[in-house]
Amino acid sequence: MNAPLPGPLKDNPRLDRWLAFPSPGKVTVLTGRVELGQGVLTAMAQIAADELDVSLARISVHSGDTAATPNEGYTAGSQSIQFGGVALRQACADARALFMVAAAAKLGCDARDLSVRDGAVLRNSKATGEDYWTLAPLVSLAVEATGAGTAKAVSEFSAIGASTARLDLPDKIFGEPTFIHDMRLPGMRHARVVRQPSLHATIAAVDEAAIRRAAKAPVDFVRTGNFLAILGDDETAVERAAVAALDAVRWANVEQPAASQQEATWLLQRPMLDIRFGAPEAPAAPGTERFEATYSRGYLAHASISPSCALALYKDGHLTVWTHCQGVFPLRGALARTLKLAPEQITVQHVQGSGCYGHNGADDAAADAAIIAIHTPGAPVRIRWRREEEFVYEPKTSAMLVKVHVQVGADGKPSDWTAEIWSGTHNGRPGSGANLLGAYALPDHPPDPPPHDVPEANGGGATRNAEPLYDIPRKRILQHLVTETPVRVSSLRGLGAMPNVFALECAVDELAARAGRDPVDYRLSITADPRARAVIEKVAAMAQWNAKAPAGTGVGRGIAFARYKNKAAYAAVVVELEAGDEIRLRHVWCAADAGLVVNPDGAVNQLEGGIIQSASWVLKEQVRFDNGVASFDWETYPVLKFSEVPEIEVELVNTRDPVPLGVGEATAGPTAAAIGNAVSHALGARIRDLPLTRERVMAALLRD
Amino acid sequence: MTQSFDFEVNGKQVSVAPASDDTPLLDVLRNTLGLMGTRFGCGLEQCGACTVLVDDKPEKACAKPAWSVAGKSVVTIEGLGTKEKPHPLQQAFLDEQAGQCGYCLSGIIVAAKALLDKNPSPARAEIAAALDGNICRCGSHNRILRAVEKAAAAMRAGGGR
Repeated sequence: MNAPLPGPLKDNPRLDRWLAFPSPGKVTVLTGRVELGQGVLTAMAQIAADELDVSLARISVHSGDTAATPNEGYTAGSQSIQFGGVALRQACADARALFMVAAAAKLGCDARDLSVRDGAVLRNSKATGEDYWTLAPLVSLAVEATGAGTAKAVSEFSAIGASTARLDLPDKIFGEPTFIHDMRLPGMRHARVVRQPSLHATIAAVDEAAIRRAAKAPVDFVRTGNFLAILGDDETAVERAAVAALDAVRWANVEQPAASQQEATWLLQRPMLDIRFGAPEAPAAPGTERFEATYSRGYLAHASISPSCALALYKDGHLTVWTHCQGVFPLRGALARTLKLAPEQITVQHVQGSGCYGHNGADDAAADAAIIAIHTPGAPVRIRWRREEEFVYEPKTSAMLVKVHVQVGADGKPSDWTAEIWSGTHNGRPGSGANLLGAYALPDHPPDPPPHDVPEANGGGATRNAEPLYDIPRKRILQHLVTETPVRVSSLRGLGAMPNVFALECAVDELAARAGRDPVDYRLSITADPRARAVIEKVAAMAQWNAKAPAGTGVGRGIAFARYKNKAAYAAVVVELEAGDEIRLRHVWCAADAGLVVNPDGAVNQLEGGIIQSASWVLKEQVRFDNGVASFDWETYPVLKFSEVPEIEVELVNTRDPVPLGVGEATAGPTAAAIGNAVSHALGARIRDLPLTRERVMAALLRD
Repeated sequence: MTQSFDFEVNGKQVSVAPASDDTPLLDVLRNTLGLMGTRFGCGLEQCGACTVLVDDKPEKACAKPAWSVAGKSVVTIEGLGTKEKPHPLQQAFLDEQAGQCGYCLSGIIVAAKALLDKNPSPARAEIAAALDGNICRCGSHNRILRAVEKAAAAMRAGGGR
């Protein structure tokens, strides 16, 4: 019986969208998933190496190209291996089966007698003189996948499961021109956009002469509606002109975010859509007690290390865009709607940028380049945002307020759980409309879609991980989707998972304390899921968890657990820290169950990165407003430094389970909550609002 | 066009004539000399992605006027080693898989070289302090610290240059 086709393969059934044998000894793997710094291309090569039985060195990976690769939507949500990798496995298994049929026919034998070693076909383990490349003329991959190929069993893997050096890292370590920022095209012009201060601002006056004077070299202008760009051959001159334009262009109808809108509590009284999930409300059973607590987090920036960049060329009626965005196909659709072109007139090709943790400025920069390119046919255009531009204009992740209402039974365990959430959307991606910054400046911007968020069934946006995985008889989510936010908001690593797991896992610690139970024991008492229990027990052992460590000593430990989206990887985290004048992390332990792990060192790298990034969010980060976005550089938006990073130990368990579970975002929530719980343990006082600033530590100490 | 001036890049003498006297060294390296290894991160001397050595000292190239290196020696990531003959730091970064997106690595490796040239046996805290001017947003810090320690050990053992 044929294997059922994985989703992405069902959507892109032609095998030649997944792999090719372009020249003797070479295999090209095609994937819709793009390299964001997470190592996905290496993992895809490992998967193909095993399913095709070729060495890794023969494989090159081509990714994110509307002209060549499968359309896999966005590289997001820790879904690349869990879905895209599984699809690639089946595509390779199907292709291999076709080759074995062709080889059997040519050799006049039974396909069951054939095997492959590094691309060469063996018959009963003996060389046949045939290989993928001699057979390639006989095998068409321009056919649809059938599921006829049998993907290997875990016990047969050799590349999958072996820690493998990242294929893309050497170029980066030796300073090769690998990033989109390093791309140069013949005749290329540099460009900067004079940004609308706010989405509907209109140009009142432009002092072109002042801009030209500042440039000190020839520059040109492209203007359409309220979209104004500066172009030139010398990037330095264009940059100077762009800085001068901040003063030389006057705007009307400007609306800036105010300081009073900065905190999550501002969301409480706004226009909102109410959405409910889960069990109906039930009256409290006799003998139950109520526990309520409210947790919050402010707006965060992606703050990728490099500002966004893109190139575009409009030539002979065809637009080609090079971008570091997460979804080349959705971007193509949004560009088509914005520029009134047919999608077939546009090719979007991914080129690596700096680390991407969600919907940052990449799509917007691509739109900038495309809009300018349309006005300068034949000339390639390169746009690179300024640092301040990136901080101010990248889509933020929404502030969130999470109120937990719990009924606690006489046994001290939760019997009814409500997570009530106030948040803006976590899906402002261009695929659902034309949310491209530059497009709002055009005379005829396509209408915005009605307010929406990632549906709970797809992992949820603001609701992600709001439902506890624990054994609680009745659970529900009340989502208040705030429809207008002071700044543009969209997806950041984990979407709502970080604030929701922070709220949920801090609340669980508070419930454990009420019940007089140790946080580890309490968690184990409310979960029967063996994989959840295994990571909690494992991390407690790794950290030598001591249930009797006294609270309020200035040194604290905290634990937290989540299964990302309640359907991807499990992670439990223990944090040890000092809380004095400021909070200093000492040590973080993490146990994770991501099921089948393709590249263990790569997965550990992602889990470590998630821990550090989450620690940075929790200890330091919040976007400030003050008649505009007041977090506009690394001094006004500081992140965790080398001297502030704790020791980290990560262990993977259950890595030979047949099913891979997405891992890239698994540690963000548990790390945040473990820090919150450790701070509470260290201080003997609970802080429920993020970030955990010195002011909040002081206030908590005075309050309790 | 300003007057042309000479300086040394990775051991080679070059002569440049930037369009104006405030053209940053980074723009000359990337756009005039085609040395793309030194990355633009902020243009504000805050993130360290553009770190180069000027007369052996780590300097941020993004806001430093190019003319200020006239007659001096500049070393960029391209001047450290090659894939065939890696610098011990580059080898250690490969061995430790010290990076995720890798955008910050050029500046970090160059800053680490400046440290190890001055202090061949730095403690972990000294390495961290030396790299506090370099931002890594992906969270590869511990791997990077381990790689620098490992490179220091290799250089002490005779692999240095």
